[in-house]
Amino acid sequence: MKRHLISAADLSRGDALLILDTAEELASLADRPIKKLPTLRGRTVVNLFFEDSTRTRISFEAAAKRLSADVINFSAKGSSVAKGESLKDTALTLEAMGADAVVIRHSASGAAHRLAGWVRGSVVNAGDGTHEHPTQALLDAFTIRRRLKAAAARGSGLDGIRVTIVGDVLHSRVARSNVLLLSTLGAEVTLAAPPTLLPLAVDTWPCAVSYDLDTELPKSDVVMMLRVQTERMTAAYFPSVREYSRRYGLDAARMARLPDHAIVMHPGPMNRGVEIAAEVADSTRSTIVEQVANGVTTRMAVLYLLLGGTEFPEVAR
Amino acid sequence: MGATGHPVAGRDGLAVLDAEEIRRALTRIAHEILERTHGGDGVVLLGIPTRGVPLARRLAARIGEFEGLEVPCGSLDVTMHRDDLRFRPARALGRTDLPRSGVDGKTVVLVDDVLYSGRTVRAALDALTDLGRPRAVQLAVLVDRGHRELPIRADYVGKNLPTSQREVVHVLLAEVDAQDAVVISDEGRPS
Repeated sequence: MKRHLISAADLSRGDALLILDTAEELASLADRPIKKLPTLRGRTVVNLFFEDSTRTRISFEAAAKRLSADVINFSAKGSSVAKGESLKDTALTLEAMGADAVVIRHSASGAAHRLAGWVRGSVVNAGDGTHEHPTQALLDAFTIRRRLKAAAARGSGLDGIRVTIVGDVLHSRVARSNVLLLSTLGAEVTLAAPPTLLPLAVDTWPCAVSYDLDTELPKSDVVMMLRVQTERMTAAYFPSVREYSRRYGLDAARMARLPDHAIVMHPGPMNRGVEIAAEVADSTRSTIVEQVANGVTTRMAVLYLLLGGTEFPEVAR
Repeated sequence: MGATGHPVAGRDGLAVLDAEEIRRALTRIAHEILERTHGGDGVVLLGIPTRGVPLARRLAARIGEFEGLEVPCGSLDVTMHRDDLRFRPARALGRTDLPRSGVDGKTVVLVDDVLYSGRTVRAALDALTDLGRPRAVQLAVLVDRGHRELPIRADYVGKNLPTSQREVVHVLLAEVDAQDAVVISDEGRPS
């Protein structure tokens, strides 16, 4: 595995399976009386969040703490960044504090990549602009594998599983990371979205594209609903929220078209009534709460594999 | 812990125990466990992956044969508790699988293939502490090759094997390696 996790494309199939299998072992920790491992004792993980986030920051914090790492939370609001400090100067400050890993969320695509050039520790991309969010893709893959493969999950990929990702692909780092990772793991990914919400170069992505959700549903094992990211929208991408919801929202009637074993996913936060109906979000097919729990487990696996050992024994700090 | 390669007895080193001798050693250990624990009441066998796990299962099967007693058997991965994590690439985790009865108040017998520095066993003791509070912890190993670096000893030993630190001891088990043998070779530690 590489030293940083910037893009889901950094992961080979072997790397991805190693992370998922490690997460599988770590999942049993949640049932134990002591939910903590001593593995990263004395290591420091910095959560560097330039963009609002609750679940991802808390998830990384819980993951690092369960591995006994020290966690420093840095949010841009009320910090030196608000006074005009650049990303590079912030990075050098963290470097001087001896961060072993930096988890970064930033509104600019490529921020994590830039940061990786400035710090010695590992950089984990927790979402950069509309680019990537690789740990979300990993936890989604983990959730799919656990739900659909059950006991046979360990060591297996997602070969032949049909995943339909629906909605605002254009602004979604989750969609991009998922397309890359899920196809690496052998899944067949289809994007279903209005043409205005698909990126320009989508034909180069390893997936199929459809404008009609209803024809995709009966052949999907997994439906992943994306949030309509109004905060990133600078133009009118669809006539009205109501029209979007009628064509691309998942309601009970659409859910009924899915095969019996199919699951419904959402990376959160949800807009109930827009891309997903409340009754769908709360149904037994929905994995939304599971995804949160799996997020902690998967991020533990990532932190352990990036920080738990060293690739270069002779320069071990 | 034995190395993960697949050497063949005779070609890659000197076979010090053959299948028959391993079988006899395990039979003796099973009897000793029954004796020391007064009939095996409250005993839980926990194998340390990789090769401790099939050894624990074999011991449980023997005890079942001798006393008609079903001994709970599981596995205990110690990777996350090792003291050398920072000096080697991150490793894949083995499985931790506790019997449903748990370990609280039980006599836990840890089972591993080779006892060497004692560091794996130290890690296992730490891992066990996080899982519950056994009444007592004992250690069974197929081979004790000496060179302890910690104050740890085994309660049940299949064979004491004097070795030099340059030598490598491989335990081969049918469940993992398609044959039963203990092989000693002079190749130095595989890096």
